[in-house]
Amino acid sequence: MREKILYTLGAAAVLLLARNIWVMLTGLPDEAFQGAIFRIIFFHVPAAFTCFLCFFVALIASIGYLKTGRMDWDALAVSTTEAGLAFGAANLISGMIWARIIWGIWWTWDWRLTSMLVCWLLYAGYLVLRRAVEEPAQRARLAAVLSILSFTVVPFVFFSIKWFRTQHPQPVLYGEGKMDAGYRAMLYGNWVPLLMIAVILVMVRMEQEKRLRELDALRREAHAF
Amino acid sequence: MGDAAARNFQYLAYGLIAVWAILAVYVLTLASRERKIGREIESLKRMIEDREGK
Repeated sequence: MREKILYTLGAAAVLLLARNIWVMLTGLPDEAFQGAIFRIIFFHVPAAFTCFLCFFVALIASIGYLKTGRMDWDALAVSTTEAGLAFGAANLISGMIWARIIWGIWWTWDWRLTSMLVCWLLYAGYLVLRRAVEEPAQRARLAAVLSILSFTVVPFVFFSIKWFRTQHPQPVLYGEGKMDAGYRAMLYGNWVPLLMIAVILVMVRMEQEKRLRELDALRREAHAF
Repeated sequence: MGDAAARNFQYLAYGLIAVWAILAVYVLTLASRERKIGREIESLKRMIEDREGK
Protein backbone atom coordinates (compact mmCIF):
# COMPACT_ATOMS: atom_id res chain seq x y z
CA MET A 1 0.00 0.00 0.00
CA ARG A 2 2.78 2.39 0.99
CA GLU A 3 4.65 1.71 -2.25
CA LYS A 4 1.47 2.27 -4.27
CA ILE A 5 1.03 5.68 -2.65
CA LEU A 6 4.68 6.56 -3.33
CA TYR A 7 4.53 5.57 -7.00
CA THR A 8 1.15 7.26 -7.56
CA LEU A 9 2.36 10.47 -5.95
CA GLY A 10 5.63 10.32 -7.91
CA ALA A 11 3.86 9.81 -11.24
CA ALA A 12 1.36 12.59 -10.50
CA ALA A 13 4.19 14.97 -9.49
CA VAL A 14 6.16 14.25 -12.69
CA LEU A 15 3.08 14.75 -14.90
CA LEU A 16 2.14 17.97 -13.15
CA LEU A 17 5.69 19.31 -13.32
CA ALA A 18 5.97 18.48 -17.03
CA ARG A 19 2.67 20.24 -17.68
CA ASN A 20 3.66 23.25 -15.58
CA ILE A 21 7.07 23.66 -17.22
CA TRP A 22 5.43 23.44 -20.63
CA VAL A 23 2.84 26.12 -19.74
CA MET A 24 5.54 28.23 -18.04
CA LEU A 25 7.70 28.29 -21.15
CA THR A 26 5.05 28.45 -23.86
CA GLY A 27 1.86 29.86 -22.30
CA LEU A 28 3.02 32.58 -19.92
CA PRO A 29 4.42 35.85 -21.26
CA ASP A 30 7.83 37.18 -20.15
CA GLU A 31 7.67 39.57 -17.22
CA ALA A 32 7.95 43.16 -18.54
CA PHE A 33 11.13 44.17 -16.66
CA GLN A 34 12.87 40.90 -15.89
CA GLY A 35 12.18 38.86 -19.01
CA ALA A 36 12.41 35.06 -19.03
CA ILE A 37 14.40 34.74 -15.80
CA PHE A 38 11.29 35.79 -13.84
CA ARG A 39 9.94 32.24 -14.35
CA ILE A 40 12.41 31.05 -11.73
CA ILE A 41 9.91 32.43 -9.19
CA PHE A 42 7.67 29.42 -9.88
CA PHE A 43 10.30 27.22 -8.20
CA HIS A 44 11.99 29.73 -5.88
CA VAL A 45 8.87 30.67 -3.88
CA PRO A 46 7.17 27.22 -3.76
CA ALA A 47 10.51 25.76 -2.61
CA ALA A 48 10.52 28.27 0.28
CA PHE A 49 6.89 27.47 1.14
CA THR A 50 7.63 23.74 1.11
CA CYS A 51 10.70 24.30 3.27
CA PHE A 52 8.74 26.30 5.87
CA LEU A 53 5.89 23.79 5.87
CA CYS A 54 8.39 20.97 6.48
CA PHE A 55 9.92 22.91 9.37
CA PHE A 56 6.43 23.54 10.79
CA VAL A 57 5.66 19.81 10.69
CA ALA A 58 9.04 19.20 12.35
CA LEU A 59 7.99 21.61 15.10
CA ILE A 60 4.70 19.73 15.67
CA ALA A 61 6.54 16.39 15.62
CA SER A 62 9.16 17.66 18.08
CA ILE A 63 6.47 18.82 20.49
CA GLY A 64 4.75 15.47 19.95
CA TYR A 65 7.96 13.64 20.86
CA LEU A 66 8.57 15.68 24.02
CA LYS A 67 4.96 15.06 25.12
CA THR A 68 4.75 11.34 24.36
CA GLY A 69 8.32 10.06 24.03
CA ARG A 70 7.23 8.08 20.96
CA MET A 71 10.03 7.58 18.45
CA ASP A 72 7.62 7.88 15.51
CA TRP A 73 7.40 11.59 16.26
CA ASP A 74 11.17 11.83 16.25
CA ALA A 75 11.28 10.02 12.90
CA LEU A 76 8.77 12.49 11.46
CA ALA A 77 10.77 15.43 12.83
CA VAL A 78 14.09 14.35 11.31
CA SER A 79 12.45 13.36 8.00
CA THR A 80 10.67 16.68 7.55
CA THR A 81 13.78 18.59 8.62
CA GLU A 82 15.91 16.86 5.99
CA ALA A 83 13.31 17.43 3.26
CA GLY A 84 12.93 21.04 4.41
CA LEU A 85 16.67 21.57 4.15
CA ALA A 86 16.70 20.22 0.59
CA PHE A 87 13.92 22.62 -0.43
CA GLY A 88 15.56 25.44 1.52
CA ALA A 89 18.79 24.87 -0.40
CA ALA A 90 16.80 24.90 -3.66
CA ASN A 91 15.29 28.23 -2.61
CA LEU A 92 18.65 29.78 -1.72
CA ILE A 93 20.49 28.58 -4.82
CA SER A 94 17.69 29.49 -7.25
CA GLY A 95 17.53 32.91 -5.58
CA MET A 96 21.27 33.41 -6.07
CA ILE A 97 21.04 32.55 -9.75
CA TRP A 98 18.11 34.92 -10.14
CA ALA A 99 20.01 37.67 -8.27
CA ARG A 100 23.03 37.27 -10.55
CA ILE A 101 20.92 38.35 -13.54
CA ILE A 102 18.67 40.96 -11.93
CA TRP A 103 21.01 42.54 -9.35
CA GLY A 104 24.32 41.65 -10.99
CA ILE A 105 25.51 39.92 -7.80
CA TRP A 106 25.21 36.38 -6.44
CA TRP A 107 24.56 37.40 -2.85
CA THR A 108 23.94 40.37 -0.59
CA TRP A 109 23.78 40.37 3.19
CA ASP A 110 20.32 41.91 3.44
CA TRP A 111 17.73 40.85 6.05
CA ARG A 112 15.79 38.53 3.81
CA LEU A 113 18.62 36.53 2.33
CA THR A 114 20.62 36.45 5.55
CA SER A 115 17.68 35.36 7.72
CA MET A 116 16.93 32.49 5.31
CA LEU A 117 20.57 31.41 5.39
CA VAL A 118 20.66 31.58 9.20
CA CYS A 119 17.44 29.54 9.36
CA TRP A 120 18.92 26.93 6.99
CA LEU A 121 22.13 26.74 9.04
CA LEU A 122 20.17 26.30 12.28
CA TYR A 123 18.32 23.31 10.85
CA ALA A 124 21.57 21.96 9.40
CA GLY A 125 22.87 22.20 12.97
CA TYR A 126 19.94 20.02 14.02
CA LEU A 127 21.26 17.23 11.78
CA VAL A 128 24.81 17.74 13.08
CA LEU A 129 23.52 17.46 16.65
CA ARG A 130 21.77 14.20 15.82
CA ARG A 131 25.01 12.74 14.52
CA ALA A 132 26.87 13.80 17.66
CA VAL A 133 24.56 12.06 20.19
CA GLU A 134 24.54 8.25 20.17
CA GLU A 135 21.89 7.33 22.71
CA PRO A 136 18.56 7.37 20.76
CA ALA A 137 16.26 8.81 23.48
CA GLN A 138 18.73 11.53 24.43
CA ARG A 139 19.34 12.31 20.76
CA ALA A 140 15.61 12.61 20.09
CA ARG A 141 15.05 14.81 23.16
CA LEU A 142 17.90 17.23 22.41
CA ALA A 143 17.00 17.36 18.72
CA ALA A 144 13.35 18.10 19.56
CA VAL A 145 14.39 21.03 21.77
CA LEU A 146 16.69 22.40 19.05
CA SER A 147 13.96 22.00 16.42
CA ILE A 148 11.49 23.97 18.55
CA LEU A 149 14.07 26.71 19.17
CA SER A 150 15.05 26.82 15.48
CA PHE A 151 11.44 27.32 14.44
CA THR A 152 11.35 30.68 16.22
CA VAL A 153 13.38 32.02 13.26
CA VAL A 154 10.91 30.79 10.60
CA PRO A 155 8.18 33.45 11.09
CA PHE A 156 10.93 36.08 11.01
CA VAL A 157 12.20 34.76 7.66
CA PHE A 158 8.66 34.49 6.31
CA PHE A 159 7.67 38.03 7.23
CA SER A 160 11.08 39.60 6.59
CA ILE A 161 10.10 40.09 2.94
CA LYS A 162 7.25 42.28 4.22
CA TRP A 163 8.96 43.99 7.16
CA PHE A 164 12.19 45.10 5.53
CA ARG A 165 12.51 47.16 2.38
CA THR A 166 15.78 45.93 0.97
CA GLN A 167 17.08 44.66 -2.33
CA HIS A 168 14.83 41.60 -2.22
CA PRO A 169 11.37 42.30 -3.74
CA GLN A 170 8.31 42.82 -1.55
CA PRO A 171 5.68 40.02 -1.28
CA VAL A 172 4.31 39.02 -4.69
CA LEU A 173 1.22 37.16 -3.57
CA TYR A 174 -0.49 39.96 -1.68
CA GLY A 175 -0.21 43.71 -1.09
CA GLU A 176 1.07 46.36 -3.49
CA GLY A 177 3.48 44.13 -5.39
CA LYS A 178 0.89 41.42 -6.08
CA MET A 179 1.59 39.50 -9.28
CA ASP A 180 -0.82 39.03 -12.15
CA ALA A 181 -3.46 36.31 -11.56
CA GLY A 182 -1.95 34.06 -14.25
CA TYR A 183 1.46 34.14 -12.59
CA ARG A 184 -0.07 33.52 -9.16
CA ALA A 185 -2.03 30.52 -10.46
CA MET A 186 1.18 29.05 -11.88
CA LEU A 187 3.05 29.67 -8.61
CA TYR A 188 0.42 27.85 -6.53
CA GLY A 189 0.03 25.24 -9.27
CA ASN A 190 3.74 24.48 -9.15
CA TRP A 191 3.70 24.27 -5.36
CA VAL A 192 1.45 21.18 -5.59
CA PRO A 193 4.01 18.87 -7.29
CA LEU A 194 6.78 20.17 -5.00
CA LEU A 195 4.60 19.28 -2.01
CA MET A 196 4.02 15.82 -3.49
CA ILE A 197 7.77 15.35 -3.84
CA ALA A 198 8.24 16.50 -0.23
CA VAL A 199 5.66 13.94 0.96
CA ILE A 200 7.48 11.19 -0.97
CA LEU A 201 10.86 12.17 0.49
CA VAL A 202 9.43 12.30 4.03
CA MET A 203 7.73 8.90 3.65
CA VAL A 204 10.93 7.28 2.34
CA ARG A 205 13.03 8.91 5.07
CA MET A 206 10.60 7.84 7.81
CA GLU A 207 10.82 4.23 6.65
CA GLN A 208 14.60 4.57 6.76
CA GLU A 209 14.41 5.84 10.31
CA LYS A 210 12.44 2.71 11.25
CA ARG A 211 15.22 0.56 9.76
CA LEU A 212 17.83 2.63 11.63
CA ARG A 213 16.03 1.81 14.88
CA GLU A 214 16.12 -1.87 13.89
CA LEU A 215 19.85 -1.46 13.24
CA ASP A 216 20.34 0.16 16.67
CA ALA A 217 18.54 -2.76 18.34
CA LEU A 218 20.68 -5.29 16.45
CA ARG A 219 23.85 -3.43 17.46
CA ARG A 220 22.81 -3.58 21.12
CA GLU A 221 22.02 -7.28 20.76
CA ALA A 222 25.41 -7.92 19.14
CA HIS A 223 27.22 -6.04 21.92
CA ALA A 224 25.30 -7.98 24.57
CA PHE A 225 26.97 -11.25 23.53
CA MET B 1 16.86 36.71 -29.65
CA GLY B 2 19.14 39.41 -28.18
CA ASP B 3 22.17 38.75 -25.98
CA ALA B 4 20.36 39.81 -22.81
CA ALA B 5 17.37 37.58 -23.55
CA ALA B 6 19.65 34.63 -24.34
CA ARG B 7 21.53 35.17 -21.07
CA ASN B 8 18.19 35.36 -19.27
CA PHE B 9 17.15 31.97 -20.65
CA GLN B 10 20.59 30.53 -19.89
CA TYR B 11 20.33 31.53 -16.22
CA LEU B 12 16.72 30.33 -16.04
CA ALA B 13 18.00 26.94 -17.21
CA TYR B 14 20.78 27.06 -14.57
CA GLY B 15 18.16 27.82 -11.91
CA LEU B 16 15.91 24.93 -12.89
CA ILE B 17 18.88 22.56 -13.18
CA ALA B 18 20.14 23.66 -9.74
CA VAL B 19 16.75 22.99 -8.10
CA TRP B 20 16.53 19.50 -9.58
CA ALA B 21 20.20 18.76 -8.94
CA ILE B 22 19.76 19.54 -5.22
CA LEU B 23 16.74 17.27 -4.97
CA ALA B 24 18.53 14.58 -6.99
CA VAL B 25 21.55 14.73 -4.66
CA TYR B 26 19.22 14.29 -1.67
CA VAL B 27 17.49 11.32 -3.33
CA LEU B 28 20.90 9.74 -4.07
CA THR B 29 21.93 10.32 -0.45
CA LEU B 30 18.75 8.55 0.69
CA ALA B 31 19.41 5.64 -1.67
CA SER B 32 23.03 5.27 -0.59
CA ARG B 33 22.05 5.43 3.10
CA GLU B 34 19.38 2.79 2.46
CA ARG B 35 21.96 0.44 0.93
CA LYS B 36 24.36 1.03 3.83
CA ILE B 37 21.65 0.31 6.42
CA GLY B 38 20.62 -2.85 4.55
CA ARG B 39 24.22 -4.10 4.44
CA GLU B 40 24.79 -3.37 8.14
CA ILE B 41 21.53 -5.08 9.18
CA GLU B 42 22.41 -8.18 7.14
CA SER B 43 25.94 -8.38 8.53
CA LEU B 44 24.76 -7.92 12.14
CA LYS B 45 22.04 -10.56 11.69
CA ARG B 46 24.63 -12.99 10.32
CA MET B 47 26.99 -12.20 13.19
CA ILE B 48 24.26 -12.80 15.80
CA GLU B 49 23.19 -16.04 14.10
CA ASP B 50 26.80 -17.25 14.01
CA ARG B 51 27.28 -16.50 17.70
CA GLU B 52 23.99 -18.21 18.61
CA GLY B 53 25.09 -21.25 16.59
CA LYS B 54 28.34 -21.60 18.56
